[in-house]
Amino acid sequence: MKHQIPMLILSAVGTLLVVSVFVPSAQHWGEDATLYFDIIAVFAFFLGGGNLIRVHTEKVSHKSAGWIYSVVTLLGFGIMLVTGLFKIGNPNGIAGDLSKSGSYFQLLFQYVMSPLNSTMYALLAFYVASASYRAFRAKNTEATILLVAAFVILLGRTALGVLLTNWIPAQLSVLQIPNLAIWIMNAPNLAGQRAIMIGISLGVISMSLRLLLGIERTYLGGDS
Amino acid sequence: MGLIISIIVIGGGLLWILYLSIKGRDVDRRIVYLFVGTTVALAIIFRLEFGEVATPIVKSVFDKIENLPAGSKIVLSYDFDPAMAPEVNPMANAFIRHILEKKHRLYFMSLWATGQSLLSVSLDSVLKPEFPDAKYGVDYCNLGFKAGNEGVLNVVITNLRKMFPSDANGNSLDSLPMFKDVESLKDMDLLISIGGGKPGVKEWVLFAGDPGKVAMAGGSAAVSTPLLYPYWPKQLIGLLGGTKGAAEYEAELIKRYPRFKDKSMPALRMMGPQTMAHVVIIAFIVIGNIAYFRSRKKGEQS
Amino acid sequence: MTSKTAMRILMAIVALIFLFSWIIKSGSGVSDSTFTNVRDGFLITFAVFLTLSIFSFLYHDNPFYKFAESLYVGISAGYWMCYGFWSTVVGNFVPRASRSLSEFFHVPYQERADHILIYIPIIFGLILLTRLLPRIGWLSRWSLAFIIGTTAGLNLTRYLRSDFISQVSNSFIPLFVDWKGAGDFINHISLAADGQFIAILSNWVIFVGVMCGLVYFFFSKEHKGTFGVASRIGIWILMITFGASFGYTVMGRISLLVGRITFLFGDWLNIL
Repeated sequence: MKHQIPMLILSAVGTLLVVSVFVPSAQHWGEDATLYFDIIAVFAFFLGGGNLIRVHTEKVSHKSAGWIYSVVTLLGFGIMLVTGLFKIGNPNGIAGDLSKSGSYFQLLFQYVMSPLNSTMYALLAFYVASASYRAFRAKNTEATILLVAAFVILLGRTALGVLLTNWIPAQLSVLQIPNLAIWIMNAPNLAGQRAIMIGISLGVISMSLRLLLGIERTYLGGDS
Repeated sequence: MGLIISIIVIGGGLLWILYLSIKGRDVDRRIVYLFVGTTVALAIIFRLEFGEVATPIVKSVFDKIENLPAGSKIVLSYDFDPAMAPEVNPMANAFIRHILEKKHRLYFMSLWATGQSLLSVSLDSVLKPEFPDAKYGVDYCNLGFKAGNEGVLNVVITNLRKMFPSDANGNSLDSLPMFKDVESLKDMDLLISIGGGKPGVKEWVLFAGDPGKVAMAGGSAAVSTPLLYPYWPKQLIGLLGGTKGAAEYEAELIKRYPRFKDKSMPALRMMGPQTMAHVVIIAFIVIGNIAYFRSRKKGEQS
Repeated sequence: MTSKTAMRILMAIVALIFLFSWIIKSGSGVSDSTFTNVRDGFLITFAVFLTLSIFSFLYHDNPFYKFAESLYVGISAGYWMCYGFWSTVVGNFVPRASRSLSEFFHVPYQERADHILIYIPIIFGLILLTRLLPRIGWLSRWSLAFIIGTTAGLNLTRYLRSDFISQVSNSFIPLFVDWKGAGDFINHISLAADGQFIAILSNWVIFVGVMCGLVYFFFSKEHKGTFGVASRIGIWILMITFGASFGYTVMGRISLLVGRITFLFGDWLNIL
């Protein structure tokens, strides 16, 4: 019951989707299965929300370290949920687009979620700069190749690359840094990425087959 | 003037860091952070701007939209969040301008919920004020967001109405004139995904472009751009990579349609700070390596 | 001065700046409604406060950063839940489930015979939520199996077609582009970016690079002799690839920083 049924469900759904690609009459079954998958995916959002409430409520009730921040999390969650589920301030009421401008949901997105999200990632600019100074060393041939390629791309994708090398004649134009950057992207980068892509695709294909055939069972948990 | 001040401040700072590094003294990480922040801030304040020319991978997307007959159907999918927006939002706005200028039909959708909120901003700041004659349901429409990542694409490539019975505003698709001859994404003339994460351009190629045999173009955050090159030019007709790609597209748009010259072109404006920051990063790598080789030489001597 | 007192003073200063900014931004609002101006003034100031709070982490961890981080977690979870409900539960389930609910939510009802089947994903979805209940949590594996099965079924054919077959096929490219004989080639040889020599070189690099890259990933045979040479070329190609990726990553991260500083200087300080 705990293992056989999930394996059966997995194999049935997966096989149906593979078959639906090759058998036109089975196409609508594939569409339905995928639609069901999309609806189940939404419950994963609800599960995440439920788990967040559970974890942070526990922290608050036990007054564990940093519990006050859990209150902030719960408050943020609650406010967003209420404004979104009831479409508060939406000019078109319940029928309106959830992100309609003027709605409180959209205002919270624009002025709270958006700055938080983008600034979190903007921090990485500083870390990349620091890493460039501290970690990128031309210790061996491979590291030197990596650094030279990075240099060319960094220079070639800005106006500085043009300024530095636009004196190079047309007969040698590939040596102009912007052209060299384009060539690196179109030839060696493409080749490397393609080799990685083929490797990953083989991994995905074999893992999918293992799952469909019931060989891979780690998703069932430790006691499988 | 701004450029000179920036060069003096940045150059002076770099020389100081070089001096400290050669002396073998530790440069606090916060000084590095401050330096990067100052560089970008100076370039923004002094509005350092440089010209751009479209590279072939960007030009091919521009030419595709340019050469499609008026009334062609184009999907523009907002598959990004605010963290990617500074890079990819300018692409999205440039596409909106170009597509509507060419009188094509524009179908918006999103595989990221955040894309819908950002689309709402684009509609209010670009589409509605700059194209007041564009009619909802005739010239453009918003299908909205659906959860399920590539699962959504797997359905819409063969049956659009099964996944989207209505648009983002609750209108039945049958009530909108621009869906009269649309059964699935296979009926589209061009699919454009703008993203940088998962699901993004890659998923569009795998689950829509390739199986549906529909022309596909992409706009991608710089981080994931190199990963998409193997799809070009056969599976992707073109690709806009990061701010640079967006700036090239904006430059091409202004060149072809000078009326957009007065409009906000953020990617072109961002290339100034971008250039300055790249110079600083390169300088950091060089200084770090000089210090490394000096210390290694000293170690060998002692 | 203890660190607690210093923190209190800092908080008071931040509160004062916040209030000052709120008043100034409210006063410079463009709407006819005072309420809207005051609200927007608060929201812009709050957005700036959150931006600077996150940036403060660069100095070191502090309560402002922790506040912003915790708020982000809560707001994001709420955001995605709302979108999940309205886009998919209301957008896809309700139109197939009930006419009255469809009318209530203003979505078009779809008359179909197989409507009963739409309850399948709802049941699986509810089963997924049992994960929250430790005693029957194992039931959620059924839903998980549905999700994994769909992903495996979809990925198997799509990756095979687009990332394997197409990539292999796209690597078989002409190694002598526009070839009109060795004499013609030598006479016109140049390093022009759009010239014949570079076109030929590119195709060789792509073909050989893909092969050597794959050789490098082949670990069942020792990397020695010819195989070792190919593997070595493979590493070099991969290093160029990683260098290009690093360059693009720097580009992307800097763009995000430019975006945030533009917001601070433009939307808040109005100096752009």
